[in-house]
Amino acid sequence: MQARAIAVAPGAIAPDGQAEIVPFRAPARPALERLRERGARVASVVLPPLIVLGLTLLVWQLLCSSPKASLPAPSKVIADSWDFIVHPFYDNGGIDKGVFWHLIKSLSRVAVGYSLAAVAGVALGVLVGQSLWAMRGLDPIFQVLRTIPPLAWLPLSLAGFRDAQPSAIFVIFITSIWPIIINTSVGVRNIPQDYRNVAAVIRLSWWEVFWKITLPATVPYIFTGLRIGVGLSWLAIVAAEMLIGGVGIGFFIWDAWNSSRISDIIVALVYIGIVGFLLDRLIAAVGGLVSHGVSAQ
Amino acid sequence: MDKPYLKFEQIGMSFRRGQIATEVLRDVNLTIVRSEFVSLIGHSGCGKSTLLNILGGLLQSTAGEVFLEGRVVDEPGPERAIVFQNHSLLPWLTVYGNVAIAVDKVFGRAKTRAERHDWVMHNLELVQMAQARDKRPHEVSGGMKQRVGIARALAMQPKVLLMDEPFGALDALTRAHLQDSVMEIHARLGNTVMMITHDVDEAVLLSDRVVMMTNGPSATIGGILKIDLARPRRRLELAVDPEYARCRAAVLEFLYARHRVPVRAAA
Repeated sequence: MQARAIAVAPGAIAPDGQAEIVPFRAPARPALERLRERGARVASVVLPPLIVLGLTLLVWQLLCSSPKASLPAPSKVIADSWDFIVHPFYDNGGIDKGVFWHLIKSLSRVAVGYSLAAVAGVALGVLVGQSLWAMRGLDPIFQVLRTIPPLAWLPLSLAGFRDAQPSAIFVIFITSIWPIIINTSVGVRNIPQDYRNVAAVIRLSWWEVFWKITLPATVPYIFTGLRIGVGLSWLAIVAAEMLIGGVGIGFFIWDAWNSSRISDIIVALVYIGIVGFLLDRLIAAVGGLVSHGVSAQ
Repeated sequence: MDKPYLKFEQIGMSFRRGQIATEVLRDVNLTIVRSEFVSLIGHSGCGKSTLLNILGGLLQSTAGEVFLEGRVVDEPGPERAIVFQNHSLLPWLTVYGNVAIAVDKVFGRAKTRAERHDWVMHNLELVQMAQARDKRPHEVSGGMKQRVGIARALAMQPKVLLMDEPFGALDALTRAHLQDSVMEIHARLGNTVMMITHDVDEAVLLSDRVVMMTNGPSATIGGILKIDLARPRRRLELAVDPEYARCRAAVLEFLYARHRVPVRAAA
């Protein structure tokens, strides 16, 4: 046929009614332009906090630069504590250590207490969430216990354990367990009836329901509790260490206060803040990784 | 049409809340033969979901019994797989995983690992979802989720497939598409199906019989309409088919002339 021989321009409708598919190509942009765009995006995130930080330091510097000021200005903090800032890893034995070792010691206490709280908290939370009687019995008690300030537990635990180390860990445990229990139990109670129906139809055993339905469905709630818990435990450890002494960032601050090293205290506060922030982000990141899809519903 | 396969005998259901008992169903009797496609239609609150849940074993009737192949139904199980209205896929599992969790549990002993994999894929292919096997439910459309829900139920090789308004939450075009798929699968596998629907056209198009429920409380079966339309049915041809029009009119007449929603319920 004559008509068949006519070349068809790309994208036009072919004679037999079938459209030719022409891949769409986004026009390539110069690398420089893309780089500039990315730079602008990074700047919009990074610049505002940097500006605020700079202004804060400036105001602080102005307020505390008079000789009569009771607190050191930022420039004085850096000058006083320069050795302490640049040598975080020194170790002269005893409690005369770099800030890194203090932080590690505090973190290790938090790690133990918090891990215990996570395991026990999730277990108790599932129990309270699943059993009406466990909830009726335990929930009022939890609601009262969770309002007790962390440090109020310390004398009691010192009396019980007769040792500083387990007492500090117990305080971490008892501080961080409540939000984990409460969030887990809310999560278990909020599992949609549909999921339970599915489990019933395919006849999952109790154990399979727990592993394959209850836990995955509750993961976002558990991680909300874990995130609150890790923040609380970092709050509590500093206070607890001030009282129990030894190596640890809390006692370091107390020790610095007693020897009037105010600049060291300020540096330690900065470190504590950064570590607390990183802990929160860590748990949030793990939560995001583990609960892929669940919260995206 | 031979011996009864599935039988509802004098089913009654009351819910008790405090001192007040509400009777939802009374004296429901129905017999369904193997490979039959039966729709339950009725106004909201007429207890059709309750009836389906009793068959599914998710609810215990307060009177009467359901028999499947002569055995009393008293708990949920894979031989009465359910396609839920809102798909009920587990969001943390992939499309494949959602079918596999059922297959692994139901056929864990009967089939090897490779056989189970093939069976999952076979059922995903049946609903045309094999290419989306690694997607998670939130990554696919509503119609696709419901396809996976159907694949999960079919994969259990149920003696009777229960569908609770399976297409209720879908747009009209997607719904038509899925109805065609369900007809095709029913023609191929010959499942016994019991489906709840609100949609008169859907009921007439898909069913061998349409069971029409009276309004609650104390709802019961008000009438059963046999749909004598040859299969395979094509919706375009049926649109001008006088028998189709007659069936459709009969259901509409039942729902809107004889069993109109009482004013207080509609308010």
